[in-house]
Amino acid sequence: MTADLPLIDVEHLTMRFGGLVAIDDVSFKAQPRQITAIIGPNGAGKTTVFNCITGFYKPTIGRLRLHGDREYLLERMLGHEIGQQARVARTFQNIRLFPGMTVLENLMVAQHNKLMRASGMSVFGLLGLKRYRVAEDAAVEKARGWLERIDLVADADRPAGELPYGAQRRLEIARAMCTEPCLLCLDEPAAGLNPRESAELNELLVSIRDRDGIGVLLIEHDMSVVMRISDHVVVLDYGRKIAEGMPDDVRRDPAVIHAYLGTGEEGADA
Amino acid sequence: MSPRLSSLLKDAALTAFVAAALGLFIVGFRTVDVGSTKGLAFDYELVDLAVAVVAIFVGRLGLSFASDGQRWPALILGAVLGAVGASPVRLPSTFLHWFVGLAGLLVIGRSLWPAAERAFGQARQSPQGRKLSAVGARWLAWVLLAAAVILPITPLADQKTMDLGVLILTYVMLGWGLNIVVGLAGLLDLGYVAFYAVGAYSYALLSTQLGLGFWAVLPLAGAFAATFGLVLGFPVLRLRGDYLAIVTLGFGEIIRLVLINWVDLTNGPAGIGGIPGPTLLGAVFAENAPPGQKTFAEMMGVPFDGTQRLVFLYYIILGLALITNLFALRMRRLPVGRAWEALREDEIACRALGINPTNTKLTAFAIGAMFAGFAGSFFAAKQRFVSPESFVFIESAIILAIVVLGGMGSQIGVVLAAVLLIGLPEWFRELGTYRMLAFGLAMVLIMIFRPRGLIAHRAPSLRLHEKPGGGGG
Repeated sequence: MTADLPLIDVEHLTMRFGGLVAIDDVSFKAQPRQITAIIGPNGAGKTTVFNCITGFYKPTIGRLRLHGDREYLLERMLGHEIGQQARVARTFQNIRLFPGMTVLENLMVAQHNKLMRASGMSVFGLLGLKRYRVAEDAAVEKARGWLERIDLVADADRPAGELPYGAQRRLEIARAMCTEPCLLCLDEPAAGLNPRESAELNELLVSIRDRDGIGVLLIEHDMSVVMRISDHVVVLDYGRKIAEGMPDDVRRDPAVIHAYLGTGEEGADA
Repeated sequence: MSPRLSSLLKDAALTAFVAAALGLFIVGFRTVDVGSTKGLAFDYELVDLAVAVVAIFVGRLGLSFASDGQRWPALILGAVLGAVGASPVRLPSTFLHWFVGLAGLLVIGRSLWPAAERAFGQARQSPQGRKLSAVGARWLAWVLLAAAVILPITPLADQKTMDLGVLILTYVMLGWGLNIVVGLAGLLDLGYVAFYAVGAYSYALLSTQLGLGFWAVLPLAGAFAATFGLVLGFPVLRLRGDYLAIVTLGFGEIIRLVLINWVDLTNGPAGIGGIPGPTLLGAVFAENAPPGQKTFAEMMGVPFDGTQRLVFLYYIILGLALITNLFALRMRRLPVGRAWEALREDEIACRALGINPTNTKLTAFAIGAMFAGFAGSFFAAKQRFVSPESFVFIESAIILAIVVLGGMGSQIGVVLAAVLLIGLPEWFRELGTYRMLAFGLAMVLIMIFRPRGLIAHRAPSLRLHEKPGGGGG
């Protein structure tokens, strides 16, 4: 794609639930190979933006234009099509792994669509054809590569639900990456992590941006994560965009300071 | 010690009182018909009741001792009960002998349970124990399979055993089919018997109306049932959990009502008879062959024997069940099988990963229905008669109970549960009406002691590392 196209272009996004306006005319762009953070006090509408982008909500008004391998209008697509065709992957604020399945199986499920094609809608797979076995081995190798990056190789055959919290967070990111996305949406990936795990997460996200060249959209409360690794920050408050720009500019923005400190929530300490 | 003893006695007395109060109306007397003119009269069975209440008092006391950690008093009381039950002392009925005897066994079992559990736990922790259990898990399935294959040529294979074997294997197959839907995909289907009925009526109608043979209809019946699964599944699979259960329950009843009321096609409640049985290379299993056909006995040059047909049916259903099992095991290791399990675990996460939930569920539903269709057409060929009576809700409930008690998703668990739920009630048919009581008791006990089913362990569908060996950690 041409370099000047943004990865995702959110235009006039509005989401109403009955009389409640959760998002009110929000527009922003996220560039490819950049980490774009969406921040804001609790209830600002950050997760609602995510749910619109990933097809869990249908926006009341607005256009979500994704420039992946071609242009996709996300607001017109069904939930699973966004992951399948437009290749937007996401994680959840409250971790949603498949807890009874093993770590490796979680990463294999993420490669479902590719493996389904290779297994000829299960027919080749049932017959045990070589073509499918090769694809499966490749998928396992891909999963192994990600397990090495998140340092979980030794736990590959354990049920995912048994892992410690921090490992589950990392696994959820790896699982999203196994879908080979062009845009990765992370909903508070640092929530509940200790400072050391937070630092590891920073490294992981930076490597996803620089090594894999994936655009990342990030909701985060942990300012140490946001300020250190974001290339671009969008600030929401009460469903409106109140500021946007480089991390350092946003930190000095009076409207942002007011939104955070004026309401007494979430000290902008970093 | 003595205040403890008095509280135990009081507790036992209270239990006996409750039993007496309940039993007075249930067991104590009943109305009997004493002839057309005199009407009804009471028939008192208070001695029976008294014996039962005493047994309950002693049994409860024994159980309390056992749970109190006093093994010896409990063992003695249990032994007394067992001895009375087994002794030639004339109790008013054989059932009371059973009742008292089993109560004794229960008390003895309960008093030995903690020691046995400790010993068993230690044995399992020991290196040899670990190795043994790993080997056991691997070989149990093969041993069961070998036993199932050679059963018809052992001396055990009389008519009754073979009948029972065919029945159990039918339910094993249905359980394995439903296991795909409920155990793997997590879709609670309370109307599974509807697909069984579709398969049975497919064969019944196609064979009696068009003269098609069993082997020709078998794939057709599966295809019809799968089509029904797709048609039903498409609108309802967006429902979840309880709602899906209710809709499938309704669908099961609708199919049955259609079978009853569409008299032109299905002959209504009277059913369809004269269905031909399956043939082996064109040979029929009957004493006299219909014109133009040979009997199996003539073809092989052996004298006719009624069990030949049963043995043949037995091997057919064994083969069908094994195909179901292999198919399910294979599917589980394919992407679609992992997607089923993932959907069961978290549908929202699946959608975020780009998995189409509706299509994935539909495949599970249709494949489950297909195997029910196969089993149904086998059922029609075995019974040679189908009527809507065979496809009532309780059948769905039993198949579901087999899957749940077996441990959702466990293939070998389904076999054990089918033997337990189908085999035991048949073997204990002598108990008469009480056998359903035993059935209920078994279900309650399993749910107390193995709430996640007989075999709750889930084996991963693929591994990154080699499976750790028997010994060591």
